[in-house]
Amino acid sequence: MSYLEYTVKSTPSGFRKFLYMNWPLTLLLISVASAGFLMLFSVAGGSWTPWAEPQMERFGLGLTVMFIIALVPIWFWRNMSVLAYLGSIGLLIVVELFGTIGMGAQRWIDLGFMRLQPSEVMKVALVMVLAAYYDWLPSHKTSRPLWVILPVILILIPVFFVLKQPDLGTSILLLAAGGGMMFLAGVHWAYFAAVIAAVVGLIATVFNSRGTEWQLLKDYQFRRIDTFLDPSTDPLGAGYHITQSKIALGSGGWNGRGFMQGTQSRLNFLPEKHTDFIFTTLAEEFGFVGGITLLILYGLIIVFCLVTALSTKDRFSSLVTLGIALNFFLFFAVNMSMVMGLAPVVGVPLPMVSYGGSAMLVLMAAFGIVQSAHIHRPR
Amino acid sequence: MKPRKQKSQGLAYKRLPRRAFVLGGLQAVFIGGLAARMRYMQVDQADEYRLLAEENRINIRLIPPTRGRIYDRNGQIIGQNSPSYRIVMVREDAGDVDAVIARLSDLIPLTDDEIERAKTEMRRSAPFLPVTLADQVTWEDISKVAVNAPALPGVTPEVGMTRQYPRYEDFAHVVGYVGPVSDYDLSQIEDPEPVLRIPRFQIGKVGLEAKQEISLRGKAGAKRVEVNATGRVMRELDRQEGTAGADLQLSVDADLQQYAQARLAGESAAAVVIDCETGDIRAISSAPSFDPNLFVRGISVADYRTLTQDNYRPLANKTVQGTYPPGSTFKMITAMAALEAGVIGPSNTVYCPGHLKVGSRRFHCWKRGGHGTVDLETSLKRSCDVYYYDVALRTGIDKISDMARTFGLGIKHDIPMSAVAAGLAPNQDWKRRVHGQEWLVGDTANASIGQGFMLASPLQLAVMTARIATGRSVSPRLVRSMNGVEQPSGAGEPLDVNPRNLEQVRQAMWTVSNDRRGTAYRSRIIADDFRMAGKTGTSQVRNITKAERAAGVIRNEDLPWERRDHALFVSFAPYDKPKYAIAVVVEHGGGGSKAAAPVARDIMLQALYNGTPPLDAYPVADRDRIKELQKKLEGDRRPKARPSEKDRA
Repeated sequence: MSYLEYTVKSTPSGFRKFLYMNWPLTLLLISVASAGFLMLFSVAGGSWTPWAEPQMERFGLGLTVMFIIALVPIWFWRNMSVLAYLGSIGLLIVVELFGTIGMGAQRWIDLGFMRLQPSEVMKVALVMVLAAYYDWLPSHKTSRPLWVILPVILILIPVFFVLKQPDLGTSILLLAAGGGMMFLAGVHWAYFAAVIAAVVGLIATVFNSRGTEWQLLKDYQFRRIDTFLDPSTDPLGAGYHITQSKIALGSGGWNGRGFMQGTQSRLNFLPEKHTDFIFTTLAEEFGFVGGITLLILYGLIIVFCLVTALSTKDRFSSLVTLGIALNFFLFFAVNMSMVMGLAPVVGVPLPMVSYGGSAMLVLMAAFGIVQSAHIHRPR
Repeated sequence: MKPRKQKSQGLAYKRLPRRAFVLGGLQAVFIGGLAARMRYMQVDQADEYRLLAEENRINIRLIPPTRGRIYDRNGQIIGQNSPSYRIVMVREDAGDVDAVIARLSDLIPLTDDEIERAKTEMRRSAPFLPVTLADQVTWEDISKVAVNAPALPGVTPEVGMTRQYPRYEDFAHVVGYVGPVSDYDLSQIEDPEPVLRIPRFQIGKVGLEAKQEISLRGKAGAKRVEVNATGRVMRELDRQEGTAGADLQLSVDADLQQYAQARLAGESAAAVVIDCETGDIRAISSAPSFDPNLFVRGISVADYRTLTQDNYRPLANKTVQGTYPPGSTFKMITAMAALEAGVIGPSNTVYCPGHLKVGSRRFHCWKRGGHGTVDLETSLKRSCDVYYYDVALRTGIDKISDMARTFGLGIKHDIPMSAVAAGLAPNQDWKRRVHGQEWLVGDTANASIGQGFMLASPLQLAVMTARIATGRSVSPRLVRSMNGVEQPSGAGEPLDVNPRNLEQVRQAMWTVSNDRRGTAYRSRIIADDFRMAGKTGTSQVRNITKAERAAGVIRNEDLPWERRDHALFVSFAPYDKPKYAIAVVVEHGGGGSKAAAPVARDIMLQALYNGTPPLDAYPVADRDRIKELQKKLEGDRRPKARPSEKDRA
């Protein structure tokens, strides 16, 4: 084979593909999901219903989806990228027009058997389309302004729709994931410096817009920011969640209060304990040891994605794997920062652990792509 | 699928691993940051957060102690705790508070005051805390609320304990009453116990309830409960029982007290019966009285106005709080002072022409023509004033004042009732100190017959009489035992006076009610075992001018009530072996022999016979009248038709 030319003759075929899967990654995902089942069992007061059992069923479904996607060659998924992106934009428009309203935001499409959250799908589709874009783009053009503006537009279109829902948390995650993709693709660092400067400027502008006619954020978003900056100002109102979460987490101590012994969660001091604040319950009941263990599992998932990305010579595979890993990282990093009082409460669940169907399915599908990239990597 | 070529990559491809490592590194740093934060919260600050979590979940609830009960000397209940029904509301369960209250007020009577107070309390307290809407609710209203429960979310009936006084008026002045702790009460107490902050916790406001508050209240228990985020109690963790308040047994005999109260009815009067041997207060009645239960449940403005505007002052406890010039009942003290000073002997006489010139002023005897030649016995028997002017001037006020204190006048007796007055036994020093004037001989003359500055409460007069009767410094005892523990007796030490002198005075007192010419002869006891010795008193509340005296002193009956003389009588019986001493004061009752002595005699007989006395203890002439009276009082006393406990005022 000549330089950078290879065939896929060496890639496994048929059921042998299973053997070439990234098995450590699969096992890590199963472990993390199991931790989730355990916690959902605990917060339901020692019951498989109403959360743990449906969650297990969904995880089973997710695992199946992952395997199916993994078996399909990665170049098929690359070819599907633009379609996935356009489809997701379509879904975002649909949710804008017909979506179900819940928690003060228009986020879901009710499919009957599950609620689809298009912004979740968009996270993966965006990574895919950007990976495909940079795979297609000759590398010497990467940093040219025209070729930088195009992906920026690709990023901003979904961000615009998600912001309209309104879902500040997800739009920031989309921005961060898109920016991360561009960074990985090798866009000149000066662009990032400029953007960071602009963001700082924007934040200042947003804060200055408060109370004026052109107010850029909803009042509740401003209040969340206020509360985040100083939770003690309103310990029984808006700051209640963060205050109680910190108490629960801190009171876990080294070993935790014991399985199903967390007083904060058992006595309902913790809000949203089965979704956004599930990590708090885990940290309360299993302590520092339990929390660190989950953190390490998450870290290992990132590491194995990185290994996959660096061991493939296919640019799309690398970029999409790293992008999905970055997405995954942003997911748990934002959630954990939130429950530890380091970030505002933005409604980001803990990946693979929090109760919720569409987020988990989308993640499993995304890991399916990572698995596909691993199996079909050029050797 | 046909294998295909992968695209060739350029410089950017080489850049990717580097960028991946940079990004991976940043992620690792962030994960490290999260781990450090977790360590900081869960290891370094774990104890603080644990404490906060415990504070969250553990609530300490006070268990209010059961208030001690109050009994009379024979175990009859005077103050007890009875169940009371109230309606409470929990704001967070009610939803629309105003609507629920509106629906409730259609069912049961609720005053605007109650509603306003409840709403204010609800605004102030946590949403899950029950707030009392209506207290002392009837059983009927409770059932109405129970039946309509579905329409009244958050509203529940509750059973509590409230103080109840089954003897009504009889013990209002002795025992007083309890009431909910007010903000003012809290401000008066230094470092108030947490139990006082329980809404509607009752504390003694007046009388024995207030004075023995600490013993009666007991110690609050506490239970630690686990609550969830909405404040609902999930389980009890542990419980520390408090101690119930001490039960008090009074020295008072409830039946005698009831008799005395009934006997005084219609007058503004006071009567105190003391056991000479122990100092036990057997009866201590102030009339008119009031129903203390009204105050427990919160008296209405109209009822309160009725009580405060009554000329006879039902709220005042005349037995210890009211002080009166003792009048002639003080003459024993003057006599004792003179005898002890050696100024007179029993057989020395004074000539009474009806007046005595003291300095430039003429002091009159109550009897216009005078008593002629008077010795000690006659002076007391017929209550000659001139005799006492004369011997007092020879004895000097300071000795008389000292003697008064020896017999318990002018000093505050230690008795757990409200506003116990010290009275006044003046001397030269006192007048200089308080009035900045020299003591005048005229003052001594006035003091010698218990007028002028001299003031004594009925309780003090009863103590004085008991001390005369026994020669010991008897002191009053109201609480006989506390939680079964006998309290120190008030028998006292022998007085520092010559017993023979005291015997002279007692003999003279015997003649007052047993000699045909004694001022209280008509109110004598003829049962030989129970012969009574006493002394009448009539104390002026006005000055008789020279002009009036010249024209003839206006008779009491012709004066407006509030200017009439106070009638007093003190006595002890049986004469040979004194058992009880009594003092009766009838405000503006006229003469002591007419208004006070019969009352005292009746109460005394009631005490001596421990029930209704036989008619043959009374003088023959009185028997028909007494029979009528006994029948009337019996009718007044039982059965008492009272509104049901649960009826709300």
